[in-house]
Amino acid sequence: MITPVTDRSVRSAVALRGARLSYGDRVLWDGLDLEVGAGEFVAVLGPNGSGKTSLMRVLLGLQPLSAGTVEVAGGNRRIGYIPQQRALDPSLSLRGRDLVGFGLDGHEWGTGLRGRKARRARVDAALESVGATRYADEPVGLLSGGEQQRLRVAQALVGDPEVLLCDEPLLSLDLAHQRVVSDLIDARRRTAGTAVLFVTHEINPILPLVDRVLYLVEGRFRIGTPAEVMTSATLSQLYRTNVEVVRVRDQIHVVGAQHVCEDEPHHVADEG
Amino acid sequence: MEHFFDWSLTFDLLGYDFVQQMLIAGVVLGLTAGLLGPLVVTRKMAFAVHGTAELAFTGGAAALLLGIGVGYGALAGSVVAALLLGLLSRRDADRDSVIGAILAFGLGLGVLFLALYKGRAANKFGLLTGQIVAVGSTDMWLLIGTAAAVIAVLAFIYRPLHFSSVDAAVATARGVPVRTLSVVFFVLVGVATALSVQIVGALLVLSLMITPAAAASRVTASPVKATILAIVFAETAVVLGILLSLAPGMPVSAFVTAVSFLIYLVCRAFGRSRSHAARVH
Repeated sequence: MITPVTDRSVRSAVALRGARLSYGDRVLWDGLDLEVGAGEFVAVLGPNGSGKTSLMRVLLGLQPLSAGTVEVAGGNRRIGYIPQQRALDPSLSLRGRDLVGFGLDGHEWGTGLRGRKARRARVDAALESVGATRYADEPVGLLSGGEQQRLRVAQALVGDPEVLLCDEPLLSLDLAHQRVVSDLIDARRRTAGTAVLFVTHEINPILPLVDRVLYLVEGRFRIGTPAEVMTSATLSQLYRTNVEVVRVRDQIHVVGAQHVCEDEPHHVADEG
Repeated sequence: MEHFFDWSLTFDLLGYDFVQQMLIAGVVLGLTAGLLGPLVVTRKMAFAVHGTAELAFTGGAAALLLGIGVGYGALAGSVVAALLLGLLSRRDADRDSVIGAILAFGLGLGVLFLALYKGRAANKFGLLTGQIVAVGSTDMWLLIGTAAAVIAVLAFIYRPLHFSSVDAAVATARGVPVRTLSVVFFVLVGVATALSVQIVGALLVLSLMITPAAAASRVTASPVKATILAIVFAETAVVLGILLSLAPGMPVSAFVTAVSFLIYLVCRAFGRSRSHAARVH
């Protein structure tokens, strides 16, 4: 499927064409073609070291491809990024609204003293949209992981992104907060048509939201709907060993391969 | 000690040019240190500031030996230190050991320079602990010009710098040149440190750069308020410190650090109740 890049109305939010990434002799993936349309929710799955992190870095523009092309949000940098939750220093002089504000203009040079009123209105609206108004003025370091992660969602959305890149955003959250955060992301793509790429090692919390899955294993990959990819046959092929996919009620469990389920988080920006 | 609270003497001394220059220098330093302080605290760079100050001492000592202005020497020393620290400590985990290594070597060099210097002993001591007659009128313009440059650069890079100080991973993802900003900030801190050395001495720069900001972070979570408070605290410490030091004729640094620490203690006591209150709903 080739979409004309020049026509903005039909271009994909994310387009990888013939993408290859290798470090020396080690090829993480090759010949990767992925087009993500507006409002589409794509989950990126795979064991550690399969190149999920590197794919994220490529999409964020932190890592050049070895071959092929990548295009995100038509190159206009309207990208929202939600990282995994990690503890913030309790003594930090920073409020929830400051964290959200970074998403709006934290990358801009100069004092930004003009337009402060409009800025405040946008930050307030973003806080409101994730239900964080109540604790917007409290020190972020004293908030719970779930509260902090809701602020992360607001931070990613306040810039009105065309593409939302999520890197294990549910990690270390309890089930209730996983639900809150994934519902917020889902609402965004439904109302604003934002494309979502969601890196995770656990598909179940987001299974009802996922349109397509990109499953990476040791340089091999498969793209398709969860029903196509999350099958014993497909995963056995990817892992090159006998893998059993079991459906228990609305959940998918992958049994059989070593390192299929991994609990180790990874870090996109730390490695640069 | 009998002159300790002799306010008429203090008042007389305020008529002298060198005292007025000292006060102006103090106000400029308080502003610069207060502006940089909250970022230094956020980035956990207290030890880096101390290390940079020691290298400013080395530079000052070298300048003393060569017979050029101590201010220029201190500036050169701390900028070199800041560049070394910024470039060598690429990972946060490395930073403390890199600083320790550079600091120790620089301090040793400084001791050697002072041993070779045959001039007034008071000049030597002043580099480490500050001195009352430190700022000449040429130095004054150097000080004001440099401080203005530091503030201008800081204003330009403030938002991305603040972003990357709090949240390096997300800032990187948003295209902020985190590593370059880190080196630039090291240099800004180095320059401000060199200026402070001339008033409070190399050993006590922390009292202007760290203590006021640490105090401010105890009482507010707003970055803007924290910065304003840090400036107010630093100004209070430096101006009050200078005034108190006049009558007894004692080193300025003793009083600046005392006032600064007192403010810190008050803020700690007050701030404790705030963090308790914050989670009670």
